[in-house]
Amino acid sequence: MSTRVAPSATARPDKAHRSSHRGGASRRGTAPHGRLTPWLFLAPYLVLFIAFVVSPVVYGLYISLHRWDFTLPGKPFVGLDNYRDLFDSGSVYFESFWTSMGATGIFTVASVPLLLTLPLLVALVMNKKFPGRNLFRAVYFAPYVLGVAVVAVLWRYLLDNNIGLVNYYLGLLGLPDDTAWLTSLPAAWVSLVGVTVWWTLGYNSVIYLAALQDIPKELYEAARVDGASAWNQFVHVTLPGLRPVLAFITMITIIASANMFGQSYLMTQGGPGRATRTAIYQISETGLRQYQMGTAAAMSYVLTAFLMVLSVVVFWLFRERKQS
Amino acid sequence: MNTMPEVEGEERIGLVPRKRPLTARHVVRYAGLIVLALVFVSPLVFMVLTSFKTRGDAAGFPPSWIPDPFTLEGYRAILTTAGTPVLRWFANSMVAAVSNAALVVGTAALAGYALARMTFRGRNVVFGAIIATLFVPPVILVIPNFLIVNELGWLNTLVAVIVPTAASAFGVFFLRQFFLGIPLELEEAARLDGANAFQIFWRVVLPLSRPALATLALLALLTNWNDFLWPVYVLFSPEVQTLPAGLSTLQSANAVRYDILMAGAVVASVPVLVLFVFLQRYIIEGVSRSGLKG
Repeated sequence: MSTRVAPSATARPDKAHRSSHRGGASRRGTAPHGRLTPWLFLAPYLVLFIAFVVSPVVYGLYISLHRWDFTLPGKPFVGLDNYRDLFDSGSVYFESFWTSMGATGIFTVASVPLLLTLPLLVALVMNKKFPGRNLFRAVYFAPYVLGVAVVAVLWRYLLDNNIGLVNYYLGLLGLPDDTAWLTSLPAAWVSLVGVTVWWTLGYNSVIYLAALQDIPKELYEAARVDGASAWNQFVHVTLPGLRPVLAFITMITIIASANMFGQSYLMTQGGPGRATRTAIYQISETGLRQYQMGTAAAMSYVLTAFLMVLSVVVFWLFRERKQS
Repeated sequence: MNTMPEVEGEERIGLVPRKRPLTARHVVRYAGLIVLALVFVSPLVFMVLTSFKTRGDAAGFPPSWIPDPFTLEGYRAILTTAGTPVLRWFANSMVAAVSNAALVVGTAALAGYALARMTFRGRNVVFGAIIATLFVPPVILVIPNFLIVNELGWLNTLVAVIVPTAASAFGVFFLRQFFLGIPLELEEAARLDGANAFQIFWRVVLPLSRPALATLALLALLTNWNDFLWPVYVLFSPEVQTLPAGLSTLQSANAVRYDILMAGAVVASVPVLVLFVFLQRYIIEGVSRSGLKG
């Protein structure tokens, strides 16, 4: 109770203090400045922000309402036709679009749980002082700095079904050594998910580790005094302490997985068939190779709608629960 | 019966300064960590070693680790083939990454300072709008930005991968948080000496913010160096491509020349790995910070 009151009690005098001063010159927390100064500071950023972030969001919506073939002079207004096409099983875009949405769904469902749990395990092991800890942390993080192109080109080689290292070592272990990792299902999904985990495990681990180190040690001590087992400490101290970061990692991991592109583009070329061609791959090919930009823009808004619903669900799942 | 969990708990809260005996627990932990480390490092080692193999050696079976004979043929091939100008890609990537990082840090520092230290109408709206875009999926920007970049005449030029991605919402947020932590007294002192807002920013705030600026610059550099989807679609001629897009071109041209592909991958990796080895503290710090306030 008293801790709840404290922050607002300190905030109020601060506000009173601010408003008691005339002009901008001596406001606490404020540099002296003229009216235009803040806008001069903001201008360079805002120019980029408006030109390449805000206006594209609106412009994209406008494009999606037109038959926008980049190579043709006329771009007639077609209302919601582009969207209707995506939901009409008779249209040429229906199947390719929903196959790609399905691919994105499969990849997201398969990769997100692994990318949430494995990095947490690694972070828990690393959350103790031991010699060499920083070295291990750096090693696990290293693939992330290489970027998706290097990672995908490298793993396409390692996963080659005839000469690749992966099948070779599987054979040495007496396991099947002829899996077509990149050209058959479900092996292609295993490859794409596995490589993505290898690539980004360190990234999520580092975020988890920072959050673990922010959990007050006294909480563990108190739990231990109460006789809590290691598992109970994890459930009642660690997990609640991680809640905000869990929500954040879940969100960014879902967004990253739903935007998976390079792995599929370089490792499987969307194959076998079009099985691993993800939604963003399909959108880019439709809009920027076939130049059907109206349709592609509509696709991107449908994908975004799915992601927005998902974010609401995630925030609801991780909301602060009042009782229990 | 109580001793095992007891010791574990003490370790966790760091109350054990004494030498500890090497227990089975330690052995298991190190064994696990080392196996995992091998999983992460060995593919990279294999990539480097393969880049020094002959064409036949690189595609041979069973795969061997040590190049026999050792050759620079793969590197020579990528450096001399006209359709895949790797040196040009390298230079393009350098120019793009450095310019983009400078633009990101410059614009984010100015904006972050205004949002941290100045009061003006609309401040909360501007800040809220910038933060909101952290949650805009990048996919909806691709098609319209392609058309905007085309209108500006930047298609198939390096500017297309430098400017449009420079408005970093994370950068503004990150630097604003840092500036808020700088003691106000330092700025007040400069103001009493007659410095104006920009002079305070330039002479007092920026020098105090070097670690944060370096962290943001590094993250921007890495992101731009590794960016893939956007460059693949906006840079179509080989001579304007950056390394990741170039690797894609290289792979289309040499599907099974793994000696050549690995040499290309090494060229694309060396600069970022060197940066990472020397500046990993800043990079890891920046990434871990991105989670705390999210």
